[in-house]
Amino acid sequence: MAIKLLLENAHIEGIRSYDVYRKHGGYRSVEKAFKMTPDEIVEEVKKSGLRGRGGAGFPTGLKWSFLAKPEGVPRHLVCNADESEPGTFKDRYLMEFLPHLLIEGLIVSSFALNSNHTYIYIRGEYAWIVDILDQAIAEAKNNGWLGKNILGTGFDCEIYVHRGAGAYICGEETALIESLEGKRGNPRIKPPFPAVQGVWMRPTVVNNVETLAAVVPIINNGGEAYSKIGIGKSTGTKLLSACGNINKPGIYEIDMTCSVEEFIYSDEYCGGIAKGKKLKACIPGGSSVPILPANLLLKTAKGETRIMSYESLADGGFATGSMMGSGGFEVLDEDQCVVRHTMSLARFYNHESCGQCSPCREGTGWMYKILKNLEYGKGKMSDIDLLWDIQRKIEGNTICPLGDAAAWPVAAAIRHFRDEFEWHVLNPDESQKRNYGLAHYADPIHVPAAVG
Amino acid sequence: MSEVQKFKVTIDNIAVEVAPGTTILNAARMIGGDVTPPAMCYYSKLQDSGGKCRTCLVEVSKGSEKDPRPMPKLVASCRTTVMDGMEVKNITSDKVLDARKGVVEFLLMNHPLDCPVCDQAGECDLQDLSYEHGTEKTRYEFDRRTFEKEDIGPYIQLHMTRCILCFRCVYTADQLTNKRQHGILDRGEHSEISTYLSKSLDNEFIGNVIDVCPVGALTDKTFRFKNRVWFTKAVDAHRDCPTCSGKVRLWMRGEEVFRVTARKDQWGEVEEWICNDCRFHKKETKDWVIEGPTKIRRSSVMSQNHYINEVVPQPELINDVIGKNPKLLFDIHSESDVNRPDVDLSKIEGPAHSNDFKKNKPE
Ligand SMILES: Cc1cc2nc3c(=O)[nH]c(=O)nc-3n(C[C@H](O)[C@H](O)[C@H](O)COP(=O)(O)O)c2cc1C
Ligand code: SF4
Ligand code: SF4
Ligand code: FES
Repeated sequence: MAIKLLLENAHIEGIRSYDVYRKHGGYRSVEKAFKMTPDEIVEEVKKSGLRGRGGAGFPTGLKWSFLAKPEGVPRHLVCNADESEPGTFKDRYLMEFLPHLLIEGLIVSSFALNSNHTYIYIRGEYAWIVDILDQAIAEAKNNGWLGKNILGTGFDCEIYVHRGAGAYICGEETALIESLEGKRGNPRIKPPFPAVQGVWMRPTVVNNVETLAAVVPIINNGGEAYSKIGIGKSTGTKLLSACGNINKPGIYEIDMTCSVEEFIYSDEYCGGIAKGKKLKACIPGGSSVPILPANLLLKTAKGETRIMSYESLADGGFATGSMMGSGGFEVLDEDQCVVRHTMSLARFYNHESCGQCSPCREGTGWMYKILKNLEYGKGKMSDIDLLWDIQRKIEGNTICPLGDAAAWPVAAAIRHFRDEFEWHVLNPDESQKRNYGLAHYADPIHVPAAVG
Repeated sequence: MSEVQKFKVTIDNIAVEVAPGTTILNAARMIGGDVTPPAMCYYSKLQDSGGKCRTCLVEVSKGSEKDPRPMPKLVASCRTTVMDGMEVKNITSDKVLDARKGVVEFLLMNHPLDCPVCDQAGECDLQDLSYEHGTEKTRYEFDRRTFEKEDIGPYIQLHMTRCILCFRCVYTADQLTNKRQHGILDRGEHSEISTYLSKSLDNEFIGNVIDVCPVGALTDKTFRFKNRVWFTKAVDAHRDCPTCSGKVRLWMRGEEVFRVTARKDQWGEVEEWICNDCRFHKKETKDWVIEGPTKIRRSSVMSQNHYINEVVPQPELINDVIGKNPKLLFDIHSESDVNRPDVDLSKIEGPAHSNDFKKNKPE
């Protein structure tokens, strides 16, 4: 049985309420943390090897230690609950069923970062979760975990829930900060980074929901113990939201040592491909990361078994690998069309671009239009190269990573599924009636002897 | 050691010393010529401007003396400050030229290319940019985005279809007027400059948005379709104005003042903001003290206009730029037969005709 640190108590009836949560050991980490100094907490998080769960995987302890501490200027912690990446829905589960776990993590983290006013920026569509969080905050406050002079330590802390208005871009940390300030959610040009000038130009740390929840077991069990779980630089446990053509879609907590194959086929996790179909492709970390065909998903280009860790998923770089991303695990079976799938992602990024910088504003729409032609049998062979060139001219040339996130799925789809695109061009009528199918995408790949 | 310590930065192999905090773009402007990246959104007089259009991308091949690592991505030179010992590649980097071609293509993709009927033609930054850095053809095969024309107040017309969303007019209104009444509505490719409820813009400095607009999206209604800018003669003039400095540029044809704008520097930026009164209401020569003809870049289509006896400056050559042939500045006089300095337009009655320029006039 795999280790569970976050979802350990998720099955307990009434765990959403304060009393049940507390009875099962809730808020212990706050008691423990208040006996430590803020620097010791940061040190503990550093030791744990925890990496940001929002997508980029940046070491959390390091991020915290970068926080500027100018004299007399308040600092803020902001919890990024904007979760809008297609395929990612793990934060929703955490907040919906274990709201106190997040609040607990927020109190400890706020203490470590000396944030007296901490914000949860939540995606607008999660309207009902706002009520759940507000209630949890009120309960925590009534029981003395929030407010003035918490537990007599002299530390004051308030947590506010701020609703977004339904824009994916507001998950990007600087756009989130702008939106939190009441402005249009346009990403800022960096530098300055939020650690120096964030909300209201004050030093700010923005962390994902899961990242902040993971602080609770780190303080409870010690950073050392946390770092022993997992493998390499993928320490602790990670929540994955599995969806697509699998038997058991849902949220799974893994310790990042299981193989991708095991994750898809074992009954403990996804339970195999639905309706007895075959696996064709998968996006392992949310819509922004490269899609992989079945053969490269289960084994790396070197022929090694791919496991569900940050390093292994990224093995081979973008040529033959992908990324852990935000943990949105999307599985496509043999009946799915990669062209159509890529088109719908392109539509998403086109719709969600903030429009500030020209490559993303114009390029995302252009890619979507070309993909629409290809999908509906109106494409030309040259369109495939054109798409490649457009994504290349967007990637790396924009203000924020949304441009890259729009470019990568298109690049990966062409890189690995070019023949499916070509088939659409060569068979405009047939491609409207049936899908390309599995083709050779699950065939074992030839591993050149020289690679090692 | 009374001197403030300066940073040495090398751009396309040309070294320059600048004060700490200077951006790469401004350092390049100190060198001038071809090593200066084009800037469509940055405006030195507007705080927070820049970073958006991405035409000014450059490659930083050496971060600094202390940390010589190159920067992993191209950076927007208008928003990246120099470090001591930094080495930058602009036109010597194929990566930059390639990315810039891409940016120009993106900017032009949805642009109507209605230059023949656009008042900005001849003084349009996008025209210059595409001429210098663009490709001849677009690969975009879809319908272009269009918007309705919009009157924003009695003097300014907004032609959103031409806008490149540089945000300059928004910053201008934000920083020059006490209450910004227009801004960007919507998101992504649907973004548009507009006002809520067709509100008219009425602030005494709002006319400056016309001057900062790099394209013909914001135009002066008092000048609309009156003349092509290159048929008018630019003259510097001033008046005693209670609101602004009163230092303006008049665009004249004979004795008639067709248009009043702020004076612009060599980077196309306004030198001093002017008020609406000077811009829209002072259209008679008697309103102004004329200082003399404006010096206009020889390469500009505007300079086809008859300042006889002007010394033709030699194009600046950058010999140090390695690996690139220095590009000669384009001299319109040698290119087009409607550009003859000896034909004085102000002496021709009515609109000029190509016949006026023929060597042997067919009478
Ligand atoms: C377009 C875009 C959308 C993003 N959306 C989210 C999001 O919904 N939730 C999130 O936690 N991080 C999101 N991020 C990542 C954040 O910018 C930031 O890296 C993250 O919140 C940092 O938290 P972490 O260090 O705990 O991962 C997004 C980034 C981009 C570029
Ligand atoms: S990359 Fe896209 S989303 Fe990000 S700032 Fe530019 S236009 Fe906005
Ligand atoms: S109207 Fe002109 S100044 Fe304003 S954003 Fe558009 S192009 Fe820029
Ligand atoms: S001028 Fe630098 S990005 Fe526009």
